[in-house]
Amino acid sequence: MSRRLPWAAMARMTGRRTLAAVPVLLGVTLAVFAVAAASPFDPVKAYAGTAGLTASQENLDQLRANLGVDRPWPAQWWDWLTRALQGDLGDSGVMRQPVADVVAERLGWSALLAATAFLVAIALGTGLGVLAGRRRGGLLDRAVSSLAYTLEAAPAFWLGLLAVWFFALKLGALPAGGLTDTASDTVTAGQVATHLVLPALVLGISQLPWFFLYVRQGVGDALEEDPVRGARARGLSERTVLTGHALRSGLLPVLTLVGSRVPELITGALLVETVFSWPGIAAATVQAAVSADFPLLAALTVLATAAVLLGNLLSDLLYGLADPRVGFDG
Amino acid sequence: MADTLRTTTRRRPRTAAPADATRRIRLWTSALVLGAVVLAVLLVPPLVRLDEQAVDLTRKLLPPSWDHPFGTDDVGRDLLLRCVYGLRVSLLVGLVAALAATVIGTAVGAAAGALGGRVDRFVMRIVDAFASVPHLLLGIFVVAMFRPGVWPVVVSVALTHWLSTARIVRSELLSLRSRPFVDAAVSGGASRWRIAVRHLLPAVLPQAGLAAVLMVPHAMWHESALSFLGLGLPSHQASLGNLVQGARSSLLAGDWWPTLFPGLFLIVPTLAVAGLAGVWRDRLNPRRRSELML
Repeated sequence: MSRRLPWAAMARMTGRRTLAAVPVLLGVTLAVFAVAAASPFDPVKAYAGTAGLTASQENLDQLRANLGVDRPWPAQWWDWLTRALQGDLGDSGVMRQPVADVVAERLGWSALLAATAFLVAIALGTGLGVLAGRRRGGLLDRAVSSLAYTLEAAPAFWLGLLAVWFFALKLGALPAGGLTDTASDTVTAGQVATHLVLPALVLGISQLPWFFLYVRQGVGDALEEDPVRGARARGLSERTVLTGHALRSGLLPVLTLVGSRVPELITGALLVETVFSWPGIAAATVQAAVSADFPLLAALTVLATAAVLLGNLLSDLLYGLADPRVGFDG
Repeated sequence: MADTLRTTTRRRPRTAAPADATRRIRLWTSALVLGAVVLAVLLVPPLVRLDEQAVDLTRKLLPPSWDHPFGTDDVGRDLLLRCVYGLRVSLLVGLVAALAATVIGTAVGAAAGALGGRVDRFVMRIVDAFASVPHLLLGIFVVAMFRPGVWPVVVSVALTHWLSTARIVRSELLSLRSRPFVDAAVSGGASRWRIAVRHLLPAVLPQAGLAAVLMVPHAMWHESALSFLGLGLPSHQASLGNLVQGARSSLLAGDWWPTLFPGLFLIVPTLAVAGLAGVWRDRLNPRRRSELML
């Protein structure tokens, strides 16, 4: 690609989307506080724990005032919002540290897991998709497609548990969970790598079906188009036809879709990180939910929404680049 | 010329006859499986009269055998029976949640599509905002705040599943509004309400119905995920997700069957519903053959 990138159009699109994201994110924070206010959930009881059962009403009222939850929820929301904009997201009860620190510590591990999982899904999906797309309706295609639909129906946590049983317990080849061995107290790259294999594989395989089906469709359709027929007529080798023509026009649009799959990735990560005790942000979300840790849960919900919007933007930018007919008007 | 070129390339779609046969096989297997599932769920509890909670510590963690086709769990309960009961709970929660989501989605989509203009734009903005929160996360949030109980789970699943129905109903309505029979009704002096209820709603209901049927497995999946994470149904109303969660310690001890079978009970009905929906869609739109090849 030697043509210059349309920076200006892309920047305009980014700006428009950022502006559009502001009301969405505000709405989500507002809804989060409204739902919490409407629920039987009481932050004071959650904070005090068992001590709250014996504490005097006076102490509880004091605590309520200290936590700033004695006021109506719109005021609490505004408070939270103004502080969040200054980087203070409150304190997490279950992690016993500021929410911002929890995010900072765990985001990297989640990103590592997600990136590896996407690589697995892309590698497997491209390979199988091309093989199946070459002969749609053939034996291989039918077998792999059926498997893909079955995988789509299989819950990621169940796949994860079966993987633990087979690879960690039966074969003893890989660790069953965590980031490092329990005995070691330093994090080394080698240990992280072996502990990463199973969760990344399971998360990748849970994302595989859609990717495989799109590649299969894209490559299969591309193989029936005129450029491919022309290439075949010129006597180019099957390999050149496949990699130079079909794969290029069939795979590129699919790759740009990866960004729009952030919601599914987050869903998968919530389950996979929990199964494998991966110290990422999704596992923290589940822990926050289990112990009703509102500050952490609220922040992570908003963060996930921002990630989804960012993924959509990225996907649209890449799609516009891959297919200039689409442009950057959305 | 083009035709000869085409026939020389090897990958033409197959002829119609085998595809029809595959389709018929798919239809019948899906229908049979689904029928068996529904019958089992409806009839086993009243007919078998075995206590699925019956603990028998002398028979704990037995591998699958003739007596216990799926084996027993860590307190000696028969897993086949547990799975049927679990499926019953999951299916019930999924059905109620899908029904609620379809009602919400149809109402919202109909309001947006029929009123149009500013209402439409505003409502669709809300739908988009809802869609940008990952569904399981939104579900987790709702359940975490309203836990414990069955209703928080149902509400959380319903709240995350109405979006696609709303979009489908709205776009159907928009395309219907410009049809001649609607013009005829307008010139006949029918009120807005009457047009919506008599002419538009019946036309979109099949689409909403298909969406609802497809939603049930998805809703079951959501409920299972919540239950697996320990945020779903209370353990005395064990769903398939609870069963998988409860089997974790057995799994780490090397016993696979308490984990494997509840998962299969979730997958098989899902595939059957997807198979039936594919056949239905092919019938509605014969030119676009569904890709599902099961």
